[in-house]
Amino acid sequence: MFKEYNPLDDKLFQVIDKDGKILAKKHMPDISDERVIQAFNDMLFARTADMMAVSYQRQGRMFTYPPNFGQEAISGGLAVVMRDQDWLVPAFRELGAWLAKGASLKEIFLYFMGYEDGTVFKDAKNITPIAVPIASQLLHAVGIGYAIKYRKLDSVVYAIVGDGGTSTGDFHEALNFAAVWDAPVVFIVQNNQFAISVPFKKQTRSINIAVKGIAYGMECIKVDGNDLFAMVKALQEAAKLAGEGKPVLIEALTYRRGAHTTSDDPTKYRTKEEEETWALADPIDRLRKYLVSKKLWNEDSEEALLAQFKKEIDRQFEEAENYPAYALDDVFKFHYADMPADLRRQQVEYEKFLQWKEARK
Amino acid sequence: MNLVTAINQAIDIKLSEDPNVVVFGEDVGVEGGVFRVTEGLQQKYGEARVFDSPLAESAIIGTAVGMCMNGLRPVVEMQFSGFAYPGFNQMISHAARMRNRTRGRYTTPMVIRMPYGGGINALEHHSESMEALYGHIPGLKVVIPSTPYDAKGLLISAIESDDTIIFMEPKRIYRAIKQEVPEEKFSIEIGKAKVLNAGTDVTLVAYGAMVREAQKAVALAKKENVSVELIDLRTIYPIDRETIVNSVKKTGRLVVVHEGPTTFGVAAELTAIVNEDSFLSLEAPVKRVTGFDTIVPLPRGEHHYIITPERIHFELMKTARF
Ligand SMILES: Cc1ncc(C[n+]2csc(CCOP(=O)(O)OP(=O)(O)O)c2C)c(N)n1
Ligand SMILES: [Mg+2]
Repeated sequence: MFKEYNPLDDKLFQVIDKDGKILAKKHMPDISDERVIQAFNDMLFARTADMMAVSYQRQGRMFTYPPNFGQEAISGGLAVVMRDQDWLVPAFRELGAWLAKGASLKEIFLYFMGYEDGTVFKDAKNITPIAVPIASQLLHAVGIGYAIKYRKLDSVVYAIVGDGGTSTGDFHEALNFAAVWDAPVVFIVQNNQFAISVPFKKQTRSINIAVKGIAYGMECIKVDGNDLFAMVKALQEAAKLAGEGKPVLIEALTYRRGAHTTSDDPTKYRTKEEEETWALADPIDRLRKYLVSKKLWNEDSEEALLAQFKKEIDRQFEEAENYPAYALDDVFKFHYADMPADLRRQQVEYEKFLQWKEARK
Repeated sequence: MNLVTAINQAIDIKLSEDPNVVVFGEDVGVEGGVFRVTEGLQQKYGEARVFDSPLAESAIIGTAVGMCMNGLRPVVEMQFSGFAYPGFNQMISHAARMRNRTRGRYTTPMVIRMPYGGGINALEHHSESMEALYGHIPGLKVVIPSTPYDAKGLLISAIESDDTIIFMEPKRIYRAIKQEVPEEKFSIEIGKAKVLNAGTDVTLVAYGAMVREAQKAVALAKKENVSVELIDLRTIYPIDRETIVNSVKKTGRLVVVHEGPTTFGVAAELTAIVNEDSFLSLEAPVKRVTGFDTIVPLPRGEHHYIITPERIHFELMKTARF
């Protein structure tokens, strides 16, 4: 498969087309219909949560939020392939992947409401916190991979970065280290074609992102990131290779249908026509068409399902809104194994001010 | 005019005057920057002079060093100060050292602009005030305006300077302060603090977004008959020793306010300076009203960290009555 889709030929690995018809039967991943339906459910849930997050933010109930709208098949594919013992090393636009790894929606909301607690993901196994400094997390992925090898663990690392992130030194260093160390890492570039306002063509002159892996001696492939089956198949194959100590670079071609974050206005830098063209390749619509054609999905039941999702999402959001107030102690805790005396002194001094302030009321 | 417009005008004036000035960084071209500071400049001066770079701070600063070595005067943007760190190698190992290493043959006349500071309910890495790091690097100058007027005049000087200037923009007040600012060109000397309010009892030094908070504290102190001399530092390095020392010789008391962490901060440096040059005038220990030595909490906890006029007032009165 990696040979057949050599990135130098700029071929796109696809399994179903925009209408949900199977293009390449031999590449159809070996997963049950039930699993596909589950994946569709997950993607639908992630999209609903994503949309609601944007509207909560607009209502002033959350500070900021980076929409995943249009990129759900990438996380959807990961959810199918990623095992409990595998690691997820995300960036910051990964709602579906966080949920797949066992993070709660409530935590995700908490983060974007402004609590560090929201990036702890305390019930999720083998996950790193949200990474805001672009591409910096990729090196952690390689270190985690090295430790997997060293400790002889049965695990693979899935590391995610954006197309913009591929311009950083960290991206290239991570690929090189992973290859040199034979680290079990699968790098997934969510090529949503924008880094805020900067389009892909201004980010690189490479014909695609996948080719960059060739120079590092890695297996690499350009995948239709809006095609769940293509993502699942590519990730399955990549996981096998990574497990043998051969890191892989997957470029998942997609489109950020929403704004960069809730404070961004994409009309400044792209056209309605472009947005409308990409809307036709929407990953959820495509998968729905496939499922309907296979009689695995009844569109009429979707409304009730969405209503149920919304109720659940609202419930988790309200739980997040009722989270305890941020205590002063939480500002000072967690910096050192033992709090230095000088830091303690700063807190005590500040508390004196608070007492004075209270007394003045 | 607000700070954003003032900075935009300063860059605009220098682009029109000096063909060697170029402006680049992440999203600064088509979009005009995430804060719209460079809005309209690409349309006016073309893509060869105002442009989007790929996403890599190290490359932005490193290529700017090379441009300087070959006759250009780049004005680059770090989208947020919290993302400047990948550029530290180029900033510290090259931009700051080039003149010295080449015994003056090559210089690095560039401006590295960066929005900094807290109070905007931002995500991680978007709220820090790390000016002390830059002030500590031999070879770098560090400028922080607190008003639109100063921003324009100081940035024009920065672009004309033959040194590398770290120009830190208090994003919290980007649009919060409006002021009459002349449309035409004017400059303000780098390295000069400004006495904003003459007073006799305590000297209060602040800069950036903290100046506004300090002004409110001055008013509170006045109600309790304490006369405060307020100084806006404006340049972190080279520091205006003379203005600070003259003031402390008069008042005998010093309080310093800044958002960044206390330890090894700008206030510590000012304390050393008044010790060196006005020790015998001091009538109270110098007081630092500065950020905790902690990471700036995310928005829900930021109110604990942020310095309020009331907190400045509290410390100011203690110092005045010491
Ligand atoms: C090192 C660094 N520089 C700049 C930023 C500011 N920033 C946040 S997101 C972003 C664009 C990222 O684009 P991409 O990697 O394509 O990811 P996407 O947002 O499309 O998911 C930038 C420049 C940052 N977070 N980190
Ligand atoms: Mg992108």
